[in-house]
Amino acid sequence: MTNVIEVHELTKRFGSVTALDGVSFDVAPGEVFGLVGPDGAGKTTLFRILTSLLLPDGGQATVLGCNVVKDHWAIRARVGYMPGSFSLYPDLSVAENLEFFAAVFGTTVKEGYELIAPVYRQLEPFRDRRADALSGGMKQKLALSCALVHRPELLFLDEPTTGVDAVSRREFWDHLAVLKSSGLPILVSTPYMDEALRCDRIALIHDGRLLGVDTPAAIGKRFTRPLVRIAGSDRYGMLCALREHEHTASVNLFGDSLHYTDSRPDLSGDEIARDVTSFLDGRGFSDARVEPIEPGIEDSFMSLMASEAA
Amino acid sequence: MNSAALWAFIVKELRHIRRDRQTLTILLFMPLVQVVLFGFALRSDVRNVRIAFVEPAPDAATVALRNRFAATNRFRVVARVRRMDDVEPLFRRGEADVAIVTEPDFASHLSAGDTAHVAVIIDASDPNTGSVIRNYAQAVLAAYEGDLTENRGATRIITDVRMRFNPTLESVNLFVPGLIALVLTLVSALMTAISLSREKERGTLEVLLVSPLRPWQIIVGKVLPYLGLAFANVLTALLAAWLVFHVPFRGSVPLLLGESVLYALASLALGVLIAALSSSQRGAMMAAMLATMLPSALLSGMIFPIASMPRWLSPFTNVVPARWFIVIARGIMLKGIGLPYLWRETLVLIAMALVLITVAVRSFKPRLA
Repeated sequence: MTNVIEVHELTKRFGSVTALDGVSFDVAPGEVFGLVGPDGAGKTTLFRILTSLLLPDGGQATVLGCNVVKDHWAIRARVGYMPGSFSLYPDLSVAENLEFFAAVFGTTVKEGYELIAPVYRQLEPFRDRRADALSGGMKQKLALSCALVHRPELLFLDEPTTGVDAVSRREFWDHLAVLKSSGLPILVSTPYMDEALRCDRIALIHDGRLLGVDTPAAIGKRFTRPLVRIAGSDRYGMLCALREHEHTASVNLFGDSLHYTDSRPDLSGDEIARDVTSFLDGRGFSDARVEPIEPGIEDSFMSLMASEAA
Repeated sequence: MNSAALWAFIVKELRHIRRDRQTLTILLFMPLVQVVLFGFALRSDVRNVRIAFVEPAPDAATVALRNRFAATNRFRVVARVRRMDDVEPLFRRGEADVAIVTEPDFASHLSAGDTAHVAVIIDASDPNTGSVIRNYAQAVLAAYEGDLTENRGATRIITDVRMRFNPTLESVNLFVPGLIALVLTLVSALMTAISLSREKERGTLEVLLVSPLRPWQIIVGKVLPYLGLAFANVLTALLAAWLVFHVPFRGSVPLLLGESVLYALASLALGVLIAALSSSQRGAMMAAMLATMLPSALLSGMIFPIASMPRWLSPFTNVVPARWFIVIARGIMLKGIGLPYLWRETLVLIAMALVLITVAVRSFKPRLA
């Protein structure tokens, strides 16, 4: 079977801003494909072109074999789309929203129930509650149910977990795993690296350009330099100090620690760790704990972004 | 794609309308309140004109004249003074609207067959009211003069004026058709524009677009419920006008309702067009106010007669749908005439509705931006 999404050299400009700059990638059948990148990277624009809401300025794209420019009505009947912002009717109840979207696609909740059941079952006790009275996580589940109720052949999820608590986020991805196991291909965007790990393949996107397309593991392996993790009480002080260190290649704040790479190519991870420890000790950061670690996607992303900028 | 989707859209729209209690209450009661307010407050017929008499030398004739005024139900005598200087403060304090000044020896001039002079001084700070008062005063004076000449058997011209269709010159009769136009504009254009731009603002339009729904289905689904609401409003306004002010309804009710639907369609299309062009609910609301409400109230002949507008302005009134609808509604309600007399205006409305609907459907893009 051919790819469900094929994107070739896609370009989109808004005035003087280039939102997408020659983007190319494919999504295979049954694949969960993640678009990973910060806000303003061009993820939403890409979604809108693929769902036929925007016309590209250059390049081609097909969705389920249909051209996004010419065959937009064919695409619209066959895909499910969950936009980045909550876009259901707040004054309608849970059941009314779902019934409406089922009817719009010429089907009924009953017909689509099997597919939405794992998600919707948790919402059913609140079926008569107004959508605006739901919690953030519940809203996402309702939006997903509405996007699924017509049994689409491909699912578009634009930052589905933004603004949702950590537990709901994990649950949401568990639901996506179930959907994937039924063979439904999913294109999903996220700014969170931990979610990227749950995709089959990811594309790192920054400033309208793809920095790399691969499996999460392979993207992580693209990072070849030894990496050390630095923990301590005054992370910001250490960050400033290390920026003045003559051998620093990169130093970034990663949650509760710092990730550091060295500019000397021949040093091992342990050697770098010792060097950094003594440097920080000399600067008065005596509680700094430095250890070599395996790089993750985010490290790759940061280094790809840095090399892109250079 | 089937009719079930369209039906679901209409049901959804009705639910929106029903759940927005505040707006619904306003929409349902507005025609009632407007008819009552306009009926009582915004009238050009003048009642309770406060009249003062300046009689330097009261005699039988001046008393007869004064009684003549007092006997009509339009005038209320508020003062009798001797000197002109005494009437000036009354005008300044706003205690008199008109003063009748008779010269000394009024009676003897009259009986001698001489010319007797009467001055009528009117507070014309509101020119419309002023000229209405002048007409009233002249009518009373003419009647008085008529009595005098009749008594003496002299020849005279009898002017017999008949005010057709609205013999008592009730201005509420004139306002109700205009009011129906205004209510229809408000519900159709304004509410459609607000409700459609709300979908844009909330992002629900984005989801609707990525569905098999065609633009015309979205538009029809949006518009039909408001058409129903507009229809209900016309009936309420008519009923209120009939019950409270006994406004006559001489023509065919089905014809007026049919013409109302035609006018509502043109307004709805205008609302869709405005929503398509504006990016926010607030913007759509302001645009709808400016583009539909104001012209419908000011340039339609509802309040200000088109005939008395400056020459350069009157062509602009031709593009205001309300102008044609008001001619039709007044014709049907007050004159009891039908299509044989109103086909031209009806054709204009049909043409306007068709053009606006075409432009509105075209302006509604099946994509974002």
